[in-house]
Amino acid sequence: MSAPLVLVAGNPNAGKTTLFNAITGAFAKVGNYPGITVDKVEKEIDIDGQAARFVDLPGSYSLTSRSEEERVAVEAILSETEKASALIVVADATTLRRGLYFATQLLDTGIPAVLALTMMDDARKLSLGVDLERLAQALGCPVVPLVAPRGEGLPELRQAVKRALTDPTSPPAGYRKGEGASGEPTPLGKAEAAITAIEEAYAREPGTALPPKKSRARAAWALVSLGGDDLKGVPDGVRAAVDEARKKADEAGIDLDAEVVGARYRAIDALLDDVLTPSKSKKRRISQRIDDVLVHPLWGLVIFAAVMFLVFQTLFAWATPFADLIEAGVNAAKVFTKAAIPPGPFNDLVVDGVIAGVGNVLVFVPQIALLFVFLTILEDSGYLARVAFVIDRVMAKVGLNGRAFVPMLSGFACAIPAVMATRTIESRRDRLLTMLVVPLSSCSARLPVYVLLTAVVFDPDRKLLGFLAPGALALFAMYLLSVVFSLSAAFVIGRTVLKGPRPTLVLELPVYRMPRPFNVARATWQRVRRFLVDAGTIILALTIVLWGLLNYPRNAESVARFESMRAAAEQIESEPEKAEQLAAIDAEESGDRLRSSIAGKVGHLIEPAIQPLGFDWKIGVGILGAFAAREVFVSTLGLVYDVQEATEETPSLKDALKQAKHADGRPVFTPLAGVSLMVFFVLAAQCMSTLAVVKRESGSWKWAGFMFAYMSGLAYLVTLLVYQGGRLLGWGI
Amino acid sequence: MSTSGRAPKTTRTLAELPVGATATVERVLGERRLAIRLMELGLVPGTSVHVERKAPLGDPVELSIRGYGLSIRRADADRIMIGDAREGESP
Repeated sequence: MSAPLVLVAGNPNAGKTTLFNAITGAFAKVGNYPGITVDKVEKEIDIDGQAARFVDLPGSYSLTSRSEEERVAVEAILSETEKASALIVVADATTLRRGLYFATQLLDTGIPAVLALTMMDDARKLSLGVDLERLAQALGCPVVPLVAPRGEGLPELRQAVKRALTDPTSPPAGYRKGEGASGEPTPLGKAEAAITAIEEAYAREPGTALPPKKSRARAAWALVSLGGDDLKGVPDGVRAAVDEARKKADEAGIDLDAEVVGARYRAIDALLDDVLTPSKSKKRRISQRIDDVLVHPLWGLVIFAAVMFLVFQTLFAWATPFADLIEAGVNAAKVFTKAAIPPGPFNDLVVDGVIAGVGNVLVFVPQIALLFVFLTILEDSGYLARVAFVIDRVMAKVGLNGRAFVPMLSGFACAIPAVMATRTIESRRDRLLTMLVVPLSSCSARLPVYVLLTAVVFDPDRKLLGFLAPGALALFAMYLLSVVFSLSAAFVIGRTVLKGPRPTLVLELPVYRMPRPFNVARATWQRVRRFLVDAGTIILALTIVLWGLLNYPRNAESVARFESMRAAAEQIESEPEKAEQLAAIDAEESGDRLRSSIAGKVGHLIEPAIQPLGFDWKIGVGILGAFAAREVFVSTLGLVYDVQEATEETPSLKDALKQAKHADGRPVFTPLAGVSLMVFFVLAAQCMSTLAVVKRESGSWKWAGFMFAYMSGLAYLVTLLVYQGGRLLGWGI
Repeated sequence: MSTSGRAPKTTRTLAELPVGATATVERVLGERRLAIRLMELGLVPGTSVHVERKAPLGDPVELSIRGYGLSIRRADADRIMIGDAREGESP
């Protein structure tokens, strides 16, 4: 028999996941950790000999689901097939009046429960008094105060959970039987008749009898939750009774939903009158005064722009020295290994496949770490919620919400940390939508491609209107294109593939507080570690596969040919001349290897398909190579043109491209072809690391596959339009 | 429910309430799921609601209800009918 199930449920932002990590982290036995984007997170732990499976449910405001993640939570709580043995009901002590709405609904299910009051440090700072004993009495369940990040209250919570599992009927300390949960039912006013009718409908179903109070709660839940829902397991008789009651109430002009929801809030207000001492602290006032500046109609925008610029600058520029350092380290490892292992296919595999792959993974770490340092500071201080508050109006226009802004902006530096940053978006639909359009933001890896192409296809001395450099104009156009397409894609995907109930925004602006350095460090490390373990392994595997495609099969005849050429070159007397000869042979061999590889053959194979875009097979090979990372397009193109270790600044590569001709003698890199290729790079999903991280964050290859398909399709169509349209108009051919 | 559609001109909605004013929620209209959600967040008829501030671009609005802050979009605030509007803070 599997261990009893303990569900952790509560409002979004109540500190549920922090609590879950705190309570399970140190005891994790089975590490099944698919990530918070996946529906439920489960961990098995042991409380002093009592095994239990803890499941972290998505945050929800009530048992009446509106979004997909809420449905997951509701179905888990009400499940008959896999009944929960206990609930940890998480509520934020500073917003108890609202938190108790969901909490009392959960208690009404009759599953043994423990109320975990989080953010007790904040409540204390606000000098908000909570009479815990009275609260426990009134609710009829144990109440445990917590400061989860500091571990305060965790031992008590574990013991309370253990008691709920082993002895569910024993009353908590200070709780007298006959009060609270089993006390007088809440009067439901004008909904009373409807509730009775639904209770009767339930009573007609076999095996669904409940004690009076729970039966009323179930009827109230059915009344509000049914109708236009997709809940499973509700008897048809009950549905009919709800429809009937609703029809009657409509005729009488009664708003049943308002009656039922209002009755619960009235009961909570009455209950809390004895429990809560209103805050006399000035903290909230102070926070409001800070907001008078930070979300001021003018200064608010200025500060917003400054903070966002800082985030972007960090990712775009300040991460570079660290990335360079990692690259230097990887190169040193390559040189060392190349010398340490005898030359041959195994050496190539280790050096160019495995070590290069590890480098491909590590190179993202500085940007991820820096972004999460920033994000955690912004989130913990309370400013991240203000970011969403300030920019929501703009994002709402394309069907996103304000929280999507930071990921979209980060995408202009790199899609990998940006996709990971979508975790700050609570709604699964909004998170997925943001994730799917972030890779259209023109990331820094596209820049070398643009730089090379503009240098090749535009004459640097020519100016439009006397002062505009065509290259600069093209570069600007690419960024504009990227913004337009990412917003349009959000608009379209949000209305088609991810269609759902009209998205809305529920935002809380928390009281400002100082971020804790330890918390920032820990959150950052967790993200980096998960990236390395989950996405990193996929990126490594893909790098090796791609390396194989670009280098195999090898032709024994040409291997022998290059060997003899090398032997001949070794005979040259003059050292500099010899080195030059050897380098030229290396370049030619690499090029030859690529041309005869699978990728080279695929390049030829797809040529008919990409010719209408203005590309030849060599560009096709470059595009395949660019899957490792977009900037690899430059060095791959270098290999095809026998230019060893080319960068976007290498003159010999530029010259080779300028002189490249189609079979019929037309130049390959015309201005129009260059612009088409740039457009293709703006839109195409040319990055396997992005696909890997989207797979990781969305929980399935399905969404990574969808992203690849829609971006590739879009890239092909738009590039086709640009190239063929340009040809028709006679521009830049 | 027969309560869909826009409010009559004479009644005010929460979206029209100026910053710094307080009013009482009378009714939540419109698409049922969304109306339930807003009520479940505490905007039930009879609740006192105070408009704390507007975002720099005018949307969303920050409200104060039941002793905590809540920000919602104007489009959602527009389905919340209010009565008894007055200047000043909620109790």
